[in-house]
Amino acid sequence: MQFVTEVGAASERSVAYVGGLAQLFGRSLRLLFFSPLKRTRLLQRAVHQAMAVGVGALPIMSLITFFVGVIIALQGAYQLQRLGAMQLVASLVSISITRELGPLITAIVVIGRSGSAFAAEIGTMRVTEELDALETMALDPVAFLVVPKFLAMAVMMPCLAVWSDFMGVLGGCLFGVVSGNFTFGSYVIATRDAMVPHDVATGIVKALVFGLVITAVGCQEGFSTGAGAEDVGRSTTSAVVVSILLVILIDLVFTVLFYLARGTA
Amino acid sequence: MAAPSTPAPVVSARDLRVQYGDREVLHGLNFEIVHGETVVVLGGSGSGKSTLLRTLVGLEKPSSGAVHIKGVDITRASAREMDAIRKKIGLAFQGGALIGSLPVGENIALPLLEHTTLKPTTIEVMVRIKLEQVGLSGFENYSPAQLSGGMRKRAAFARALAMDPEILFFDEPSAGLDPITAAGIDDLILDLKKAYSMTMVVVTHELASAFLIADRIILLDRGSIVAMGPAQEVRDSRHPRVRQFLDRVADTTEDDDVDNLRLFTDGIR
Repeated sequence: MQFVTEVGAASERSVAYVGGLAQLFGRSLRLLFFSPLKRTRLLQRAVHQAMAVGVGALPIMSLITFFVGVIIALQGAYQLQRLGAMQLVASLVSISITRELGPLITAIVVIGRSGSAFAAEIGTMRVTEELDALETMALDPVAFLVVPKFLAMAVMMPCLAVWSDFMGVLGGCLFGVVSGNFTFGSYVIATRDAMVPHDVATGIVKALVFGLVITAVGCQEGFSTGAGAEDVGRSTTSAVVVSILLVILIDLVFTVLFYLARGTA
Repeated sequence: MAAPSTPAPVVSARDLRVQYGDREVLHGLNFEIVHGETVVVLGGSGSGKSTLLRTLVGLEKPSSGAVHIKGVDITRASAREMDAIRKKIGLAFQGGALIGSLPVGENIALPLLEHTTLKPTTIEVMVRIKLEQVGLSGFENYSPAQLSGGMRKRAAFARALAMDPEILFFDEPSAGLDPITAAGIDDLILDLKKAYSMTMVVVTHELASAFLIADRIILLDRGSIVAMGPAQEVRDSRHPRVRQFLDRVADTTEDDDVDNLRLFTDGIR
């Protein structure tokens, strides 16, 4: 009986948590269109965030997805070689990167860089009463802090996903040219033939949703920070852990949906 | 004695109760503050004076009762009404609460940039004036982290003054400062009082500064008002809790507890 109550309480908490995320998103959306603050200043802050979230992530993102591209090509070649199907390496890389790994790795890097930063920033502002100060200056913390973050993420995540698709394919290409029997040109043509616009599009949609979830979790964790430095650390940790969990879950749901949609078509 | 009954109150609380969980922190406070008055809320730690301040500016929701600021009940005000009121009040936080990611100048410019249509050059001049008022001219480009505690407090005053508020709230303006800096802050409050005839509510536990700046004093003890009136009247009060607070007499109850405990433990030994 005790066990059932505990499970019940835990699921109630999880539903309430996700409800809180949706509420934060809804409030931000409303404040975006009916902003009590000046629009130009809002855009300035959004651009500032976009630089930090998107442009700042480019170097590390390029490096990681490039290597993942090489790894996928290597792992694939291992198996494909035995079947004498080395020419399929290009399509293997392009499909697995654009459909799955590009957006997912983008999300995980962004969680580490920005989701955690959102939670730490807002959490510290809670501890130092800066959030209260904003409120007493008639600057709604959600409108002032969260809306620009959502805006920046919604724009930058799809861009980053496309960029990581590109870098991943480039990584695969390196392997293809160095040790497979591809030339740069033939690899590009093989990739182009394997790549379906639909795959890239679903990747972009996924990246967008991931970005919104990461922002919502990071900011919510920040707002719910308690009263000390230790709590800021705790919020940051749970922002990262919860974001990763939710991103993987959403990825699963998306993949199942796309699979079913494909089955009926 | 002044006649506070004639002008309409700028800030008033009626049967104000605030609860954290099931613990009531403020037990039904009633008071009125009129225009141009400096009211000091005195009280020990845990007396509920910071909670009172947070409730007066709308950061804390009372569990019952009403707070009126300039005639509007802020416990029932819409977000829009609340924003309008907040533009007329300034709050200087205990720790400053300056936005850490912005330099001092931009912190002070922030409400002006967001809420007014003034030109950036005008705002720059205003920021310089406000900083000069609090004795921090030339510190526009410092980050809050580079300032000392007292400077941060003064920068917070400058920010609270930025919108030329009608009502100023101070949370522990001189707590944790050396006597010289604390005296400087008292002078600053007196200057503001003289120059702008602002309505000010100061929360503090510093007796000397309270009697220096206050027109009226509200003495809070464990969430209730034990004394309220002109500074002189409170100073001469015969109420035992007031006397204890003003004469800095330690609470004896805790010592009794320790004695009792010792009695018991000695017996065991």
